[in-house]
Amino acid sequence: MIVAEGLEQTYTSLGRPLRVLTDINLTVEPEGFVAIVGPSGSGKTTLLGLLAGLDRPTAGRVALDGQDINPLDEDERARIRAEKVGFVFQNFQLIPTLTALENVLVPVELRRALSGSAAKGAEERARNLLGRVGLGDRLHHYPAQLSGGEQQRVALARAFANEPKILFADEPTGNLDAETGRTVIDSLVQLNNEERTTLVLVTHDTELASHASRIIRLSGGRIVEDPGSRPG
Amino acid sequence: MKLPFILAMARRESRASRRRLGLYAGSIGLGVAALVSINSFRANVTDAIHAESRGLLGADLELRSTRPFPAPIQELIDSTVSGDIIVSYVTNFAAMALAVDSQRTHLVDVRAVEGTYPFYGTIETEPPRHWTQLQSARNALVDPAVLVQLDAAVGDTIAIGNAWFTIDGLLSKVPGDVGFLTALGGRVYIAAAYLEETGLLGFGSRTVYRAFFKFAEQRSLDSFLATYEDLLRTEQVRYETATEREQDFTNVLDLMARFLGMVGLIALLLGGVGVASAVHVFVRGKLPTVAILRCLGASQQMVFSIYLLQAVMLGVLGAASGVALGLVVQASLPDLLHDFLPVEIHVSVEWPAIFAGLLIGVWVAVMFALLPLLTVRNIAPLQALRREFESARSPGVLRFSAHAAVVLTMVALSIWQAPDLALGAAFAVALGSTTLLLWLSAWFLIRTTRRLLPRKASYVYRQGIANLYRPHNQTVAITLAVGFGVFLITTVYVVQGSLLRQISLDATPDRPNLVLFDVQKDQRDSVESLILSHGLPILSTTPIVPARISQLNGRNVREILSDTSGPRVPRWALQREYSNTYRDSLVDSEKLVEGAWWNNGYLRQEGEKEQQVGRPPAQPGAAAHVYRISVEQQLARDLRVGIGDRITWDVQGVQIETEVANLREVDWARLNLNFFVVFEPGALDDAPQTFVTVTRSESAIHRAELQRDLVLAFSNVAGIDLAVVQESIDSILSTVSFAVRFMALFSIVSGLIVLGGAVATSRFQRIKESVLLKTLGGRGRQIRQILLTEYAMLGLLAGLSGILLGSAAGGAFVAFALELSFHPPTLPLIFIWLGTAALTAAIGLASSRDVFRKPPLMVLREMGE
Repeated sequence: MIVAEGLEQTYTSLGRPLRVLTDINLTVEPEGFVAIVGPSGSGKTTLLGLLAGLDRPTAGRVALDGQDINPLDEDERARIRAEKVGFVFQNFQLIPTLTALENVLVPVELRRALSGSAAKGAEERARNLLGRVGLGDRLHHYPAQLSGGEQQRVALARAFANEPKILFADEPTGNLDAETGRTVIDSLVQLNNEERTTLVLVTHDTELASHASRIIRLSGGRIVEDPGSRPG
Repeated sequence: MKLPFILAMARRESRASRRRLGLYAGSIGLGVAALVSINSFRANVTDAIHAESRGLLGADLELRSTRPFPAPIQELIDSTVSGDIIVSYVTNFAAMALAVDSQRTHLVDVRAVEGTYPFYGTIETEPPRHWTQLQSARNALVDPAVLVQLDAAVGDTIAIGNAWFTIDGLLSKVPGDVGFLTALGGRVYIAAAYLEETGLLGFGSRTVYRAFFKFAEQRSLDSFLATYEDLLRTEQVRYETATEREQDFTNVLDLMARFLGMVGLIALLLGGVGVASAVHVFVRGKLPTVAILRCLGASQQMVFSIYLLQAVMLGVLGAASGVALGLVVQASLPDLLHDFLPVEIHVSVEWPAIFAGLLIGVWVAVMFALLPLLTVRNIAPLQALRREFESARSPGVLRFSAHAAVVLTMVALSIWQAPDLALGAAFAVALGSTTLLLWLSAWFLIRTTRRLLPRKASYVYRQGIANLYRPHNQTVAITLAVGFGVFLITTVYVVQGSLLRQISLDATPDRPNLVLFDVQKDQRDSVESLILSHGLPILSTTPIVPARISQLNGRNVREILSDTSGPRVPRWALQREYSNTYRDSLVDSEKLVEGAWWNNGYLRQEGEKEQQVGRPPAQPGAAAHVYRISVEQQLARDLRVGIGDRITWDVQGVQIETEVANLREVDWARLNLNFFVVFEPGALDDAPQTFVTVTRSESAIHRAELQRDLVLAFSNVAGIDLAVVQESIDSILSTVSFAVRFMALFSIVSGLIVLGGAVATSRFQRIKESVLLKTLGGRGRQIRQILLTEYAMLGLLAGLSGILLGSAAGGAFVAFALELSFHPPTLPLIFIWLGTAALTAAIGLASSRDVFRKPPLMVLREMGE
């Protein structure tokens, strides 16, 4: 589902090249659940950005669902994201001017706008997803009217709204207290199982990582531990 | 399929900021209101003038002469009149009217009517329809102002010269007369039958003889003009048709409205600056949202469209509200400009002006929004993951195009609004350079302030001034918006001030304030002794000798006029009747620029004594005496004469040969007796002439009493009280400057909206800062002081930039266009300056009320995010 070969990322910082990732090779099987862990500054988020096609690597290539995304331009990659990828962010990243329901509907509407295909029952599915994360009675609240945990659960519902093949999650519990974090993880794991999505999770929270079927450990921009894909 | 999504997102995305965006829509709205009102008004005026076209002249054709119609013309008139073609005469001159009961006098504009003038339109009177009985008795119809000046009432008797009339009613409406032009001499209509009796049509009276024609059909008017145009020109009889009169009025008023419209355009420009600044801040706030949308798969084009659409909606909203406001303002313009309108204006809805306003409003909003919106295109989706990730800048081509779009828009609008291409282009350049200069001076002032700020200054001041540099500050936009308003006010104020100062300078103690015209040669001594007997001084007595040019360097005027080869001499310069004088010295409003002045004790050789003016030369063709004259330099340029050139004058039938001895520069702006041509003494001593005698009295009552006694003794002598003239000019200037300031007001309010909006958009950031300060122990008072320092400083800097530039622009206009000396009105400008600062500070503080109200607890929540 995801293939990365020889990924390298170098930023220029204060006029000096700063190598953030070195020689990353990995393959994620469909419906796999991979956690990328490591200390701050180890390059986790950079790797996630590259895998999701949000950024271009200095060297190497990334393929999503069999398609090489390197030669694609910004808009073509955006299209791939709209069709195949979902996101969960550390700081929720809901659009503040939209209600919970509208936020969940954005990916659906975007895909419809791009492909022209009518998404029948999209709103029904959005309501259903919000119900499944326990927010059936909060459909018309704005992000500012929701607690952090509730916001992140709206973000979860949004991530699954488009039936994505791949879901990227960046420290989804990083801004939440332990208790709230746990309910969010439960929702995430449950939805992931039900929707049979390929999940790539970046975290430094070992408890969260323990839910994964495979844990890739990064340090200093290199993979220092990867048990490889396990069936399962 | 994209559109519904973009529409829906645009609608939703504007939710949280509608009030703020509405404010900015207001700034576009004001500019649109200014344009819609002035352009609708312009169309209304044109319509009204067109509808009353023939009423403006009262006839199809007017013939006009400053002498009684010469025999060939009178014969022409008599032979033309028949059945369908009717003629009516109006003789027009200035005279002193005396109210018999109150013994008060006033200079009036007498119009003696014979025949059924006006053929079109009606002269309305109070009581109604008394116009029809004007010629049936010794009746006079007068302006209400005349009654006030004469302290008389309807039914009273007034004397004009030797004839007495009963005031039969008041003039309430004379079509074609413009209010401010009649402000000086009130109109008095009488019947021409009593013209002779007044005894005022003698030599030296400035009388205009008019004949009005009614033609049955346009064709006969056209053929009349085609046939007799040359004759009229030869006899120096001027003519005007109803169509020409309509055109003249339309042109003048169109010009006036267009000028006011150009001032309105500035408001629109400021509205554009407001939109740019609003969109800039708005887009900054939307960066995370854009990043999310990009992350979720929206294309660059799509997110750009979402926000562009909001700018369009902003423009539509602003333009629509502007049209509504414009219609209200339009209704008030006829009152505002009443004194300049020859006809009554019927306010009606002008759809073209409205559509143009809507279109321009939306267009300007979108063009000014483009540049800040470009940022949206470059938001990387990665910014959803990492906020600190810097977006790439837009490609140079795009940014250049966005700038170019703004510049082209302003140029196109200037040209569209201006009376002609050159003026429009000049206005656009002026607009651009003013913007640039304001920008530079604001930048310079802010920099200097920061550098000059003492290190030891109290914390609140340092913080307040540092705030002007905060990241993403709107300092320049606000300075520009507020500064432009101040610039306009200052310019208008400086120009008006210099004009008024010039006039009041002429009213200082050593200057004359009562001028007596048309004193005949044989009256001179008696008039002077009458003045002296009133205890008033004779400041000067100046002879006036009317003359026309008959030859230039031996060539006949007619010959020169018909010569189409080579440079043309303006017709007016060759054909006009000159009022010349003679004296032995320069006066203080003149300066010699070329040649030498004749000194006292001019030489006249023996044997030439017989060669005197007033008699034809002894032998035709014999060498006549050549006298020296001094010519005003601009006239010399027009006539294409220089020192040594010969001009032959026709002085009441006598040819006088002169040579240009020197050229003078004349300060026409001075309320002085100024002359184009001054003869050396001796040349005109015996020519027919009248005198202008000037005197002075501090007391208006003394001046009135002298005028009364003068009118009683010498009915032909006209007196002008310069204090009254000054009042009239004062009121005309006030009206003009009020109209300009009224339009400038739109710019100022636009500027304040931009200010209020900019404060509102930085609210969130300010709340954070003030809450942080409070948490660190800052008191509400200190936070208020910081804000006060920031806004007051902003106002002071913007005000100073505007005042400096405005004084420079106004000063340049005064010095070069009006050729007056420029004295900046320091004290009023300081008031404007401080007023701007106070207003800016007040609006700034009022818009940030809730900033210092937030409790410090907020810091824990808001900063947590």
